[in-house]
Amino acid sequence: MAQVNMTVNGKPVSGEIEGRTLLSDFLREGLGLTGTHVGCDTSQCGACVVHVDGAAIKSCTMFAAEAAGADVTTIEGMANADGSLGVVQQAFQDHHGLQCGFCTPGMVMSAAALLKDTPRPTEAEIRDYLEGNLCRCTGYHNIVKAIMAASGQDVSAVAAE
Amino acid sequence: MYAFEFERPDTVEAAVAALKTEDAQALGGGQTLIPSLKQRLASPSRLVSLTAIPDLVGVCVADDGAVCIGGATPHVRVAADAAGSYPALAALAANIGDPAVRNRGTIGGSLANNDPSACYPAAALASGATIVTNARRIAADAYFQGLFTTALDEGEIITEVRFPVPEAAHYQKFEQPASRFALTGVFVAKYGDGVRVAVTGASEDGVFRWTEAEDALSADFSAEALAELSVPADGMINDLHGSGAYRAHLVKVLTGRAVAAC
Repeated sequence: MAQVNMTVNGKPVSGEIEGRTLLSDFLREGLGLTGTHVGCDTSQCGACVVHVDGAAIKSCTMFAAEAAGADVTTIEGMANADGSLGVVQQAFQDHHGLQCGFCTPGMVMSAAALLKDTPRPTEAEIRDYLEGNLCRCTGYHNIVKAIMAASGQDVSAVAAE
Repeated sequence: MYAFEFERPDTVEAAVAALKTEDAQALGGGQTLIPSLKQRLASPSRLVSLTAIPDLVGVCVADDGAVCIGGATPHVRVAADAAGSYPALAALAANIGDPAVRNRGTIGGSLANNDPSACYPAAALASGATIVTNARRIAADAYFQGLFTTALDEGEIITEVRFPVPEAAHYQKFEQPASRFALTGVFVAKYGDGVRVAVTGASEDGVFRWTEAEDALSADFSAEALAELSVPADGMINDLHGSGAYRAHLVKVLTGRAVAAC
């Protein structure tokens, strides 16, 4: 066991980990931040996406020890300071961008990473960026709409259903 | 996965020393190795992470014009930082896996693993790249030695990959949509002294050069120059995603498309 220190959602945290402890396990079991979901555990589905030093990564495919000293943001860090939903989260609610909701934390984190680099993405850019996020309800259409809306763009331009 | 010691050195020298332990294994971005560990396909006694070594990350252009990429540079950096100097290589990097994979996966990790369907081996072989390690420089033609097999010795670390920049180049990837690897991929690179064509995803022996196409394209750089050529299906990967004959056919089609796109 070794000690690891990092910043999670703006707060310094530390914990005891093994070398093989995945970042997703440290977040969920070490810190109790169960908003980060583990869907496939084979780095296919993207439900576990979090930001490490601003970059979207699959937390089931990174060791916690590799995030030592890093600035980590999880879905729990996406709400506004007053507890209300953040822009991307609110857009998902407004546009019914979730059905069962299991993939939603990863979708929101990937969407936020996309919008940071590309504030006004095209529909094609959104669909391309979400390649590594699978929705088992196949609810992609409204997810794309929600991200268009979160970027301040007109959602009626999204391809017909 | 089985337990192991974890080391995260910040210099190449410390990493080389840490890898001297029996059954030690270098860890790049982990996008292939971590899933392999979970499946218990690998059981190292010690993992040595290369992602905290600043000297191993970055893209630059050498005095001779070659694009030099640090071994632990993630795909996302290559996609952005090589876009001006070697656009075809940057485009290849921009289409590996998915965005989260590209933020972690590294060029050195990909080349050290030498997955038979990975993208980077095609670029390195078609470009006649030089694989620079902590100990020596290895020409791409001598580096790739078959399925998951390379010229690297135990504990040897890829510190840099040097790509001579071609006059024109293009990579065509026929993507396997579930894995996002290349079902077959072809990298065509046209240099002043000839054309090189490297194929990934197709052969049971891993990445290879299609020398007949190289000769034809060196004489006449057009998709029509390939018309009389055919790729034998013998030795091609034959699985539920595509037969050997299908992959052999893809090699020719993708080569033509890559030439047309140059």
